[in-house]
Amino acid sequence: MSERTFVGGIHPSYFKESTAGMPIAPARSPSQVIIPLHQNIGAPCEATVKVGDEVKIGQKIGEPKGFVSAPIHASVSGKVIKIEPYNHPLGNPVNAVFIENDGQDTPYEVMKPNKPLEELTPEEIIKISKEAGLVGLGGATFPTHVKLSPPSDIVIDTVIINGAECEPFLTADHALMLERADDIVYGLKAFMKALRATKGIIGIEDNKPDAVESMKRAIAEGGGGYDIEVHTLHTKYPQGAEKMLIKATTGREVPPGALPMAVSVVNQNTGTAVAMAEAIKLGKPLYERVVTITGPGVKEPANLIVRNGTLVKDIIEQCGGMTDDARKLILGGPMMGLAQPTDDVPAIKGTSGILILTAEYVKDYSIAPCIKCGKCVEVCPMNLLPNFIGSASEKENMDLAEKYGAMDCFECGCCTYTCPARRPLVQWIRIAKGEITARRRK
Amino acid sequence: MDFVAAFVIIGGLGLIFGGLLAYTAQRFAVEEDARVETICDLLPGANCGACGFPGCINFAEKVVKGEAAVDCCVPGGKGVCDNICEVLGVESVASEIKKMAEVYCIGTKDVAYDKFVYHGVPDCKAAMMYGGGFKACKYGCLGLGTCVGICPFDAMHMGANGLPQVDVERCTGCGVCAKACPRGVIRIVNADRTGKVVLCNSKDRGKATRQACEVGCIGCKACVKACPNEAVVVEDNLAYIDSTKCDDCGKCVEACTRDIIKNAVKIALS
Repeated sequence: MSERTFVGGIHPSYFKESTAGMPIAPARSPSQVIIPLHQNIGAPCEATVKVGDEVKIGQKIGEPKGFVSAPIHASVSGKVIKIEPYNHPLGNPVNAVFIENDGQDTPYEVMKPNKPLEELTPEEIIKISKEAGLVGLGGATFPTHVKLSPPSDIVIDTVIINGAECEPFLTADHALMLERADDIVYGLKAFMKALRATKGIIGIEDNKPDAVESMKRAIAEGGGGYDIEVHTLHTKYPQGAEKMLIKATTGREVPPGALPMAVSVVNQNTGTAVAMAEAIKLGKPLYERVVTITGPGVKEPANLIVRNGTLVKDIIEQCGGMTDDARKLILGGPMMGLAQPTDDVPAIKGTSGILILTAEYVKDYSIAPCIKCGKCVEVCPMNLLPNFIGSASEKENMDLAEKYGAMDCFECGCCTYTCPARRPLVQWIRIAKGEITARRRK
Repeated sequence: MDFVAAFVIIGGLGLIFGGLLAYTAQRFAVEEDARVETICDLLPGANCGACGFPGCINFAEKVVKGEAAVDCCVPGGKGVCDNICEVLGVESVASEIKKMAEVYCIGTKDVAYDKFVYHGVPDCKAAMMYGGGFKACKYGCLGLGTCVGICPFDAMHMGANGLPQVDVERCTGCGVCAKACPRGVIRIVNADRTGKVVLCNSKDRGKATRQACEVGCIGCKACVKACPNEAVVVEDNLAYIDSTKCDDCGKCVEACTRDIIKNAVKIALS
């Protein structure tokens, strides 16, 4: 099969060796979990439990306030000790439910297997995904049931499972494709059925041949009746970004400002497919996920199943702690992850990785003027002009930044990575996006 | 004799177009209130935006139409307001008091702690995007100089201690810096006030303030008790001094456990 890819992009060092091929192990059950009530793009949740309530594992503790939102479930059984704002990976503190773990892991009674996939109707699948609180586990945390309910005039013909995992360091999706290939195929079949799609594609970068083999085997065994293909993709960042993935696998180009459904495609992450399979087979809501704990600053890198609301410092402690020269903590990958001011922050649904970098990797460069080399333009996968948008934003000329397409940037970081003048282009673009969004709202 | 023809043709064309221009200029002339230009000439011309309009000309248009108050131009002060009123033939309502900006934070780098190292765009608004700013204090000045960059009158400069200094001579009290400051550290005050001021903006509880800064107001109310004139109030764990009641006795300065009550005028003029 020919290598499929997109125009632009970069080839960063991948650093995946430390956790690649590592089996997924469950993390220690924490003595207390702090579950933020805002874990997805869209509206936050409202607590459905009170202080002093006894909750069981899998019980709903947060009810969404809008359509674009997903419920939140308890990840341990025990007692709610308080509900108050706490540190959040996205920056500002948000309301969180503190649950003291009784160590019993008493399952919630409502959690029981659904009918087999063959008997479920599309509406039932969407309802299961909504009740299970499924969100996109690649990091953007877009509620899955919204993706599965396109407007009635839009026909979806293809569902793509994103197994590219192009972010350096992270191997959580890779591990899932090796160990849970059957569940990924099951989840994909559920997505295809819910969307009445005829084609399923699993896109995997060619640096993971074992994952390609594993998925092909799983399709041969469990893909019965569905048209599912594995596409081997060129290893290049950001191959896993949804618009790049769609271009590479189907050749379709998503128009600016539009969602993938505009070209009849829906993207889902491998982790989301596994969670979908678990929600149907076991009735299990999304309260834990695979997280890669890695980086030169952590003593024993690992892929762990982490319960929602576990403090990052507890997880790092299980991995042998940080090394002495650890300098920077990032939730997610090094390209698009969010640097954290503290390790006293809970892991949430969107936490795909915990990356700790040492002094050697964290350098402070002074920002130089643009030398007009055009490297950022070459690498931009969205074909934007990051140099112009950045300069416009620097001069606070947000109208110009908007004209140059700032809103089409999805902040992959290729331009900043490649800039020889060390200009923080993505940050400027983020500022511009924030300003433009605020103006549009007025 | 060819050149005569050229003269006639070009000259004729010139006359026709000239006549056309003269006619259209009168026929389609835009009625413009002459006072707009007069008032625009009276304004400071900094286009600072303090009045709420994009620039001086826009304010002049609005004020002539009666859609803007005559005393909107803060940098112009009483003088400009009086002049506008004279042009418009109304009674002046300007107050005599000159305003100025004051930075309510003295948490320099050595006394106010950082919670992490920030590498990125050197702008306070940009720094606020990451964890709400790198300073441990949620309310203190970040010192990246957004106010310095935006001041239309060159009245703000970054001091060696990492905090912006207001040049009182140049400051017009337009308030552009106060609007731009993402932490609300800058307040617009009466320039002629006397007495003492509490140079802190922290509304955190005492413990949190202590952990973040060596000089933050912890709301202990020692100043409230010390004041003989009841000029000090503590709201949201932060002390405020009413300059109209303060008689500059200095008892609060002695009582303050955090050494943040300073002499208003001295600070402003230094």
